[in-house]
Amino acid sequence: MTSVIPPDRALEESPPGTGDGTAALPPTARRRGGRRALLPTWSPKLGIGLGLVVAIALFGLIGPLFTGDPDTIRNIGLTPPSGEHLLGTTQTGQDVLAQLVHATRGSLQIGLLVGVMATALSALFGIIGGYAGGFADEAFSLFSNVMLVIPGLPLVIVISGFVPADQRGSWTIAVVLAITGWAAAARVLRAQTLSLRGRDYVAAARVAGEKPWRVICVEILPNLLPLLASQFVFSVIAAILNEAGLSFLGLGASNSSTLGTMLYFAQNGFALQREAWWWFAPPGVVIAAFGCGLALINFSLDEIINPRLREAGRRRRAAAKAGRDTERVTRSTAA
Amino acid sequence: MTYFARKIGFYLVALWAALTLNFFIPRMMPGNPVDTLMAKLQQRGGTVDPAARKAYELLLGADRSESLFQQYVSYLGNVLRGDFGVSVSAYPARVSEVIGQSLPWTIVLVGMATLISFALGLLLGTVVGWRRGSWLDSVVPATTVLAAVPYFWLALVLAALLSSTLHWFPLLGGYDVALQLGWNREFISSAVYHGTLPALTIVISSVGGWLLGMRNMMVSTISEDYMLTARAKGLRNRRIMVRYAARNAALPSIAGFATSLGFVVSGSVVTEQVFSYPGVGTRLLQAVQNNDYALMQGIFLVITVAVLGANLLVDLLYGVIDPRTRTSH
Repeated sequence: MTSVIPPDRALEESPPGTGDGTAALPPTARRRGGRRALLPTWSPKLGIGLGLVVAIALFGLIGPLFTGDPDTIRNIGLTPPSGEHLLGTTQTGQDVLAQLVHATRGSLQIGLLVGVMATALSALFGIIGGYAGGFADEAFSLFSNVMLVIPGLPLVIVISGFVPADQRGSWTIAVVLAITGWAAAARVLRAQTLSLRGRDYVAAARVAGEKPWRVICVEILPNLLPLLASQFVFSVIAAILNEAGLSFLGLGASNSSTLGTMLYFAQNGFALQREAWWWFAPPGVVIAAFGCGLALINFSLDEIINPRLREAGRRRRAAAKAGRDTERVTRSTAA
Repeated sequence: MTYFARKIGFYLVALWAALTLNFFIPRMMPGNPVDTLMAKLQQRGGTVDPAARKAYELLLGADRSESLFQQYVSYLGNVLRGDFGVSVSAYPARVSEVIGQSLPWTIVLVGMATLISFALGLLLGTVVGWRRGSWLDSVVPATTVLAAVPYFWLALVLAALLSSTLHWFPLLGGYDVALQLGWNREFISSAVYHGTLPALTIVISSVGGWLLGMRNMMVSTISEDYMLTARAKGLRNRRIMVRYAARNAALPSIAGFATSLGFVVSGSVVTEQVFSYPGVGTRLLQAVQNNDYALMQGIFLVITVAVLGANLLVDLLYGVIDPRTRTSH
């Protein structure tokens, strides 16, 4: 759908010799101790991100209680925003705000559903393959790489095209999106699992006779949590975007109302040609704001996963404190 | 040499997987596509001879007289000969002809847009990563907004703004329909004019990802020892930035091209629909709406082959650029 390229891709794609240090948990994180090391540090980015996500989630959750029926047809087609209809009306006089609220709920539901399923799939193939090694790893890794290079949306379109419209429910769409959307995360998880597998404490657990599933759940999984969280966030964004694209093409779940279906009706009602911006702009703004919020949260998660990014932030703050002069001095001495 | 052999081998496997997916999808889905297809074909005035039905059955799997394996073998044979059957929505044209007409549009549009956005993203990422901590760097999170905007919505907004309101660009189509198709200056300039807005959409929504990846790698690279050495040697800043930092930091972006190209192609399929661009994306949608299963499958295969081919090319190039990948892991 869009180029949501996981920034932590850098972590697994690093050419040999540059990516070794990034995998370890940062020493600073260890000093912060225990579970707190897995929580992101507070920053304005995280604040804005959480704010956006929570606001939109509340909008979708609570909003439907306050607005009327989104499908009510009135004889005031395409009126611009006014006091009575805050976001105007559609071609058939439906209240855009009421539609937006319900559509947001639908999009969030499908995003969450796909996010959970895709993350579970990626954990299955990435972590188990990476830990088991040997033939299983080769096979799983080949499988996820193949799934990765086959373009997702055309595949989803073809699959949806074969399912008759009356049998295309939300679950069908969610499963199809999850099946086509887990591969990138699996690759990242596998790379990190490979690095964790070689650690002394994992070897110690194995020598102590722990069962493989216990080693994975107790020794490896906790260290993968930030990465899993960030991959989950990415799959939610991707799922919402892909679902919107699919619904916009008229191939979404037949009985659902999501932000994509709103855009589909807007496009087919010639909202563009009639310059009814209040009809097609809001759904996109909601998607963009939600995706942006999740991406900002991911920035903070990335700083846990890749300490070097955090170092940059720290140094920046230190430099700001010490004043620009000192920096200039060091730079001139360095040069 | 093993690096190249491994890469080629991988893409062959991927190609086979795509072919197999294509074979099994219609067989696993509910409904009987062949009957729908034959009904459509009759509506369009096509003759339903047994040979045509047989070909569709092979493609879509309603033939019960042969074993699955035999069907699979004959399907592979048909595909390798480039025989995807007859298109229903563009009857009596063959699927391969329909694809042949629309494919160049998409390849030029998506190819140019991807190259521009890749180069722009690397360039901006280099500058931003180099000056980490400056005001430029604090703009970076804003690019996530671009990455989170749905392609087609951005297309809608741009079209509303630049076409409907300002009348700078045409709203629909890939060229001026009054002109004859051909390689003359007038036609090409018309095509470029019509393609600007779709290309702009793709560039705007994909540049953020490249920028971010490049910026993060620049930040990582800057703390390498060889960067310190370069500084100690007293090299000019510009030289260090371009020859030492950017060259190394760009490697993961090139290696990650595979992942991103899929996204860009997926996005442009929907973008084409917004602009009614005469490429394979619009064709794919028409095929789906008309239950033109043969065309659907043909387009999916062609898109996949194009993406795989581009990836293979980039991977082979990567092997040349970075000698470390060629030595065994």
